[in-house]
Amino acid sequence: MGGALWSLWAVFAPLSLVTIGGGQATVAEIHRQVVEVHHWMSAQEFMNAFAIARLSPGPGSLLVTLIGWKVSGFWGAVVATLAIFAPTAFLIYGVAYLWRRHRGARWQLALEAGLRPIAAGMILAAVYVLFMALEGGWWARAIAVAATGLMMGTRLNPLWLIACGAAVLSALKLAGLAS
Amino acid sequence: MPPDSTAAAPAPTAWRLFVIFSRIGLTSFGGGLSGWLYREFVEDRRWMSEEEFLNGLALSQALPGVNVKNMAIWIGYRLAGARGAVAGFMGIIVPPAIFIVLLAALFAAFTDYPLTNIALAGAAAAAIGLSASMAIAAARRVPRRLLPLAFLAITFIAVGVLQWPLVWVVVGLGTLSVGIEYRRLARAGA
Repeated sequence: MGGALWSLWAVFAPLSLVTIGGGQATVAEIHRQVVEVHHWMSAQEFMNAFAIARLSPGPGSLLVTLIGWKVSGFWGAVVATLAIFAPTAFLIYGVAYLWRRHRGARWQLALEAGLRPIAAGMILAAVYVLFMALEGGWWARAIAVAATGLMMGTRLNPLWLIACGAAVLSALKLAGLAS
Repeated sequence: MPPDSTAAAPAPTAWRLFVIFSRIGLTSFGGGLSGWLYREFVEDRRWMSEEEFLNGLALSQALPGVNVKNMAIWIGYRLAGARGAVAGFMGIIVPPAIFIVLLAALFAAFTDYPLTNIALAGAAAAAIGLSASMAIAAARRVPRRLLPLAFLAITFIAVGVLQWPLVWVVVGLGTLSVGIEYRRLARAGA
């Protein structure tokens, strides 16, 4: 039991350090470790866990919580979750701390001005990639465009929007219109 | 030092932040968590300026660690100090972690219905609206000068079209862009 918990930590804590720019990049490595190296899950079980992580709200990296749960129950889930999230928490904390202490310093003004176009380009790119990869064809794209308009033009709670998106595409599917 | 220009609303308590992050963690079906955070903290509650939020987002991407978790710590620290950072971290992780384990227990019950997949696709499509409105707000704030607009375009092409690794684009182009701004500020005698 202690050995399994230690293995979970030893696999996921290093991965948390190389998780840069979105957790998706590490999924292949998690798959290799979990299925091929440690045999914690079969390939099918891993696929199921991955699908659940996509279906579930919250961070996609909670995939590792499911792996920990499978390996050693409650404490496995706790250790795996901490391993993927905790080791890097102090880094952003340190940056946030320095940011507040040096309000108005020239390096900070330069960072703000310099990062502005990069952040904008990055978010636009993420939207573009998600948009192109949408399942559900043109109907799904139409929903995405309509949702953007509603988000910009109204004070609607996003949850309604998500529920409507899911309902509309399901209805279209049932009516035989969407692929 | 300039005064803090965004202190419009009273600062929330750490507990309140925990509740808000938990709610977002438990309702953000379809992904795009930073869009949800933007909607909540910048547009609805106006507790942070766009500027502060987007600074945090760029730094969260450049630093190691799950971005959403980085963003929760950034927002929590800005709004309620160390306790707020802990509240953000716990709120965005613990309740959704419990939820996902419960969901896995139920999984066998509905995995065979293809409608689950199409509903998820619909949710993801609508969730793009959140990210897209954030993207448009961010793009509008870029100064209408040649270099910032060029950096915007190059970042978009490199990440979105050419699919280069995000971290190298942020670190590489970010360093260049920040360096140029630093020189500009130094010359202006800031």
